[in-house]
Amino acid sequence: MLELIKISKTFNPGTVNEKRALNKVSLHLDPGDFVTIIGSNGAGKSTLFNAICGSFYIDSGSILLGKRNITAMPDYKRAYDIGRLMQDPMKGTAPSMTIEENLALAYTRKASRSLFALNKTDSEYFRELLASLDLGLEDRMKTKVGNLSGGQRQAVTLLMCTIAEPKLLLLDEHTAALDPATQQKILKITMDIVSEARITTMMITHDIKTALLLGNRTIMMDEGEIILDIKGEERKGMTVEELLTYYSKERKKQLLDDRILLA
Amino acid sequence: MTLLIGSIQLGLLYAVMALGVYITFRILNLPDLTVDGSFSLGMACAAWVTLSGHPVLALFAAGFAGALAGCVTALLQTKFRIHPILSGILVMTGLYTVNLGIMGGKSNLSLVGGSTIFSLIEGLVPGSGGKTLLSLILCSLMILLLGVAFKTRTGLAIRATGDNEEMVRSSSINADIPKFIGLAMGNACVALSGALICHYQMFSDVSSGSGMVVIGLASVIIGEAIFGRRSVTVGLLSAAVGSVAYRIIIAFALKIDLFPAYALKLISAVIVVVALSLPSIKAGFKQRKMRREATNQSEL
Ligand SMILES: Nc1ncnc2c1ncn2[C@@H]1O[C@H](COP(=O)(O)OP(=O)(O)OP(=O)(O)O)[C@@H](O)[C@H]1O
Ligand SMILES: [Mg+2]
Repeated sequence: MLELIKISKTFNPGTVNEKRALNKVSLHLDPGDFVTIIGSNGAGKSTLFNAICGSFYIDSGSILLGKRNITAMPDYKRAYDIGRLMQDPMKGTAPSMTIEENLALAYTRKASRSLFALNKTDSEYFRELLASLDLGLEDRMKTKVGNLSGGQRQAVTLLMCTIAEPKLLLLDEHTAALDPATQQKILKITMDIVSEARITTMMITHDIKTALLLGNRTIMMDEGEIILDIKGEERKGMTVEELLTYYSKERKKQLLDDRILLA
Repeated sequence: MTLLIGSIQLGLLYAVMALGVYITFRILNLPDLTVDGSFSLGMACAAWVTLSGHPVLALFAAGFAGALAGCVTALLQTKFRIHPILSGILVMTGLYTVNLGIMGGKSNLSLVGGSTIFSLIEGLVPGSGGKTLLSLILCSLMILLLGVAFKTRTGLAIRATGDNEEMVRSSSINADIPKFIGLAMGNACVALSGALICHYQMFSDVSSGSGMVVIGLASVIIGEAIFGRRSVTVGLLSAAVGSVAYRIIIAFALKIDLFPAYALKLISAVIVVVALSLPSIKAGFKQRKMRREATNQSEL
């Protein structure tokens, strides 16, 4: 499904701020894979997503999605097949437009050609989708998204990212800005949507327990490299402590992150 | 009474310009300074085409030229990545020469003796009623047209681009395209307004566009003070009403000699400054009040 071949990215090359954020990363995902990604701050996790989405062009290597080479494709074209959710609930929606209008915009790429953005058939579909969230949003389709809470906005964004049935879904700590109860809710909604549509998914999280619990594969990143890639039996037997020990042995340092220690 | 009717007519014609400013400043959220140039461009085109005997075609020509000017600004902003404000200023400056060129190197052109859309309507409805009616019809038509346009898929994409460009790109829409269309629409409105004013006052002047951005913004702001900030359709309507209100206020202030005619632009600028600074002034007052209350309480 997704194939990364030795992709590298250096920020500010030739200056004192030179930073090698991705170092010859290779990765192969099968259709339906759900990969969780862990790693300390600055490991290059978000940069990996940015590279896949096309926020910038990589320095070397190539990116294949499905059978297509998308290495040189501009970001908005890649977005046809890639859905992305950020940590910040404000980023994924247009605040002064209604829930319905936001969904209609996201649906533009797959909707049947029509002159007007809002129409009966689509609205019915949006209502169904919103009802499946179980947040009561289906009765507030004319509410401006700016008036929603962070969790509600993130749920709407999740719908917008998956409404066009993307081949790949990238979740970048998408529950981190929410309170614990809402986190659980959004995670559950995520799992429901992903398993129903069988979307290949990559999810960054700082919660190692969640990372081992959800999905079928876990990778660990550090200094722009993938240093661990586990699935199947090996992953089943893995504990949080073992992972932390592996990290400090491998990298000769502690996985120092308060969020991880809390987990 | 003639004063009131005159300012309503002017207000309705300038309202088309206010609609354009509303599209770029409020919907697209871009400070577009092309407006000053595209207003004169509309005038120049209208004068030229009208003098060659096609008064109705003149309006379309002006609108088309305005759209073109908007596209150039969009090109500078998107493909060449020039700052939006500077893009507008560059196009506006360049247009000054273009406008002079269209008017054959003269800084003003008179239409006196030729037929305009207003002289045509006076043949049908005599008196100033015809002029008012025509202005009202044209202005309403534009509001209706734009109101419908912003309900289409493209219209929605333009609104979303002004709101959250990142989100538009991640919905697999090239955000440059809504910018092109929005800026073209906005400047087409402005140029059309220039053409209407040219027909109304029977002459075209190369410098009459200067300060139009501020007048347009003032109209939009007055409209919002009356209607509040709501949906796009209400927003378009309120910009038009704001323009009429602006003309009436100005006309009566001039009438009672509140200020000389040359003070107009300063007044417009002050209106915009006051309206834009009001929220922060209000917040400042609130904070000071809270601080005073807090000290009072600690003294108790
Ligand atoms: N646009 C950029 N310009 C310069 N440096 C950047 C840029 N984006 C990322 N970096 C650098 O690349 C490194 C990796 O950053 P990245 O955001 O991918 O980390 P991360 O693994 O997502 O960390 P976190 O868990 O804190 O989100 C960091 O050192 C960061 O400073
Ligand atoms: Mg990150």
